[in-house]
Amino acid sequence: MALAKMKADATAARLADVSLPDGAAWANAARASAMDRVRQMGLPTKRDEYWKYTDPSTLTATEAAQAALFHNDEGPLFDAVDRLRIVFVDGVFDAEASDDLTGEGMEITRLSDAMATDIHWAKDLYGVLEARGQQPVERTLAALNTAMATDGVVIRATGKVSKPINLIYLHQDVTSDAVLHNLVKVESGAEVTLVETGPAAARFSKLLEVEVADGGAFHHVRAQGRDHERRAVTHCFARVGAEAVFKSFTLTFNGVLTRNECVLEIVGDNATAHVAGACVGDGRDFHHDDTVFVTHDAVNCESRQVFKKVLRNGATGVFQGKILVKEGAQKTDGYQISQSLLLDDDSQFLAKPELEIYADDVACSHGSTSGAIDEDALFYLRSRGVLPDDARNLLTLAFLAEALEEIDNEALADDLRDRLEGWLTRHR
Amino acid sequence: MNAMDTVEVKEGIDQETVDAVKELSGNYKYGWETEIEMDYAPKGVNTDIVRLISSKNNEPEWMTDWRLSAFARWEKIEEPTWAMVSYPNIDFQDIYYYARPKSMEEKPKSLDDVDPKLLATYEKLGIPLKEQMILAGVEGAEAAPAEGRKVAVDAVFDSVSVGTTFQKELEKAGVIFCSISEAIEKHPELVKKYLGTVVPPSDNFYATLNSAVFSDGSFVYVPPGVRCPMELSTYFRINAENTGQFERTLIIADKGSYVSYLEGCTAPKRDVAQLHAAVVEIIVEEDAEVKYSTVQNWYPGDEHGNGGIYNFVTKRADCRGDRAKVMWTQVETGSAVTWKYPSCILRGDDSQGEFYSIAIANNMQQADTGTKMVHLGKNTKSRIVSKGISAGKAQNTYRGLVSMHPKAKDSRNYTQCDSLLIGDKCGAHTVPYIEVKNNSSRVEHEATTSKVDDDQLFYCRQRGMDEEEAVALVVNGFCKDVLQALPMEFAMEAQALVAISLEGSVG
Repeated sequence: MALAKMKADATAARLADVSLPDGAAWANAARASAMDRVRQMGLPTKRDEYWKYTDPSTLTATEAAQAALFHNDEGPLFDAVDRLRIVFVDGVFDAEASDDLTGEGMEITRLSDAMATDIHWAKDLYGVLEARGQQPVERTLAALNTAMATDGVVIRATGKVSKPINLIYLHQDVTSDAVLHNLVKVESGAEVTLVETGPAAARFSKLLEVEVADGGAFHHVRAQGRDHERRAVTHCFARVGAEAVFKSFTLTFNGVLTRNECVLEIVGDNATAHVAGACVGDGRDFHHDDTVFVTHDAVNCESRQVFKKVLRNGATGVFQGKILVKEGAQKTDGYQISQSLLLDDDSQFLAKPELEIYADDVACSHGSTSGAIDEDALFYLRSRGVLPDDARNLLTLAFLAEALEEIDNEALADDLRDRLEGWLTRHR
Repeated sequence: MNAMDTVEVKEGIDQETVDAVKELSGNYKYGWETEIEMDYAPKGVNTDIVRLISSKNNEPEWMTDWRLSAFARWEKIEEPTWAMVSYPNIDFQDIYYYARPKSMEEKPKSLDDVDPKLLATYEKLGIPLKEQMILAGVEGAEAAPAEGRKVAVDAVFDSVSVGTTFQKELEKAGVIFCSISEAIEKHPELVKKYLGTVVPPSDNFYATLNSAVFSDGSFVYVPPGVRCPMELSTYFRINAENTGQFERTLIIADKGSYVSYLEGCTAPKRDVAQLHAAVVEIIVEEDAEVKYSTVQNWYPGDEHGNGGIYNFVTKRADCRGDRAKVMWTQVETGSAVTWKYPSCILRGDDSQGEFYSIAIANNMQQADTGTKMVHLGKNTKSRIVSKGISAGKAQNTYRGLVSMHPKAKDSRNYTQCDSLLIGDKCGAHTVPYIEVKNNSSRVEHEATTSKVDDDQLFYCRQRGMDEEEAVALVVNGFCKDVLQALPMEFAMEAQALVAISLEGSVG
């Protein structure tokens, strides 16, 4: 009881000066109802089971901690790939820097414009998947995002979108505190690739709601930060229809605190949903948390979770993954693997790979391993004349490969592999 | 009717397994009741009841104070809700905390003085309280060679220990085996030194309650260098209605000693659920080894979920010295609700912990069980093999922790948990926690077949083993992992369990 009261007080104090953005009636209602959810659930604390391995206090604090700007000497990611660029600077849409938002097979609108329009399809999606995803675990920071988000994009794919849509998040202000909310609706038979890059802000809350209709395909490739002091909490809520495909991959370089939550609900038969992540962390001030919840509520669907972490110099990696197979979701094929490569004795890996199964004709496997680089493999490479550092890089890249294989677009995957190699070389 | 009679079993599941599960969990054979006059303490729990229990056991003041401080703490804490089990609120004031057969008012001087009704009860359960060469009553055990198959039994009936067999012979070897109430009276220095050092009274809600109100249980001390000459066992029987059983077991294996301990338990069929909240503490010193085996067969309730035992148990072993070894083996077929995590603290360097479990839940049973392996010392090893089977509308959860502390260099854990669902109305869940804080240790949870050494696997396959057998052999060093770990005395259960295959498991 005492705890519940402490939580309610802390939540009230945090929300005291928050004013919600104004828009169309439906938008205001969605925000108000999200705010109710926040009040009801309370902001998370380290004492919550769901935050056992990650301290959310810097994410819930009123003020964002500063993050120094990081100047990247490598040139923009995916520069060689033909893509539609949508630029946000510290969480604010930059029309000048962005490409023209029109294209075949898609409609793109700025979130604030959609939210100001009385009749808009976004009404059926905004905060709707997030609210559904609050069971059985409370994700208060997601509800807070729905209530407070001022910017973002809403994308509707009606056909095969020819080039990837790249949301580029630039960080220019050391104290920026950005809240973005994006919606993607993939219509039946449509296909789109969404790419997200950049450190975004000193503190970044980002939420993505994705509805993939029957036979649709959604590909998501994301690269977060690079040696950056940023803190971020991101959520992806997706609903996947029959015969549909959902594939998401995230690569994370450093960052003081990153919590990526992905909540997938498979509602149509014969659907495929993959979510994968690779992260490389160096230093005691690196903390990365992947939290995934996949629900199977249809027959003959396949889901995969592949998460790999390379940690050194006291870095911390967290994985909380769950496969829930509901009653009747027969012929489910669920796979989950979480692995960490600890490059030294100070780093740590904390994992909770869960299964919850209510159907008898399914195959779910989950594996989790942790350990150092295989000395035998290292010896083998050295005996073939490979220098020790190169051999380590090679084995580390091989370790991460299974996660990167989840990216269908080879051009994007190749660029990420190069960046990884660069990072490993810099962080020897 | 057994819920499994009508169930449609999916293809790929072994029929023998289905039959074995039915046999093990279908008809409860121990549901009868002994009619015997009982003395009860007043219903409910308060400081007077705690004092009463303490005085019934003739305890010294330090023990009473220990209980009272636990009770004061218990009053301030709340029941845990994190387990994947649901049951109606327990009214802790509507339970008898102490129930003793009237005939036990004067402690019997020897087994010959024990009330014949009590002796008959254990006889009927297959655990005759006689000192004989073989443990009769266990089906299949007759065939075993009589030589060296002695088993000493401590029989606990509701709140009190009825008697302990072979005490004299054990004494000759220096082994102390008696009820814990007797140990508090006769060996206070040992009890004082060890009680609550593995499971402190502040440990958790049920352990705290147990610390306040435990009425009896077993005590074992094996002196340095002694290999206990026979198996020790405790048989717990709940008989009285509306009674909670709170027993406490303390096992101390001093340097270089060895002991194997078995535990069995049953209760009559009743419509109202009953609470059983036990604490087991094991101290394993340098080079000592303890094997602890349980066949848990409390009344599971009927197919509608009426009655049954709520089994909320805290069991923990502390490997204090280097090269200490502990092995938990459990076969869980009973109880309406189980909440039980036998754990190993691997403190000494090179110490080892093992956990083998088969949990079968049928009808409306709910089991949330697993283990904790806490690696603190260097080069420590642990192995977890858990097999959960759900049938009917049962829910079966494996919950476990493997923790590698920064100083536990070069340690190793291997965890394998399989679940099998028989029917589409039940559930199987896995909730492992893995915490690795150094890089010289290796942790593998549910490593897939490909993680097993391919050459070894190939060798076994070439000799005609099927893949599952080969993996079991390679990974665990022996086949039928859990069963092999069971002592002879559980021959009957083991025979039935051999039929169980986890082929077609869901995850």
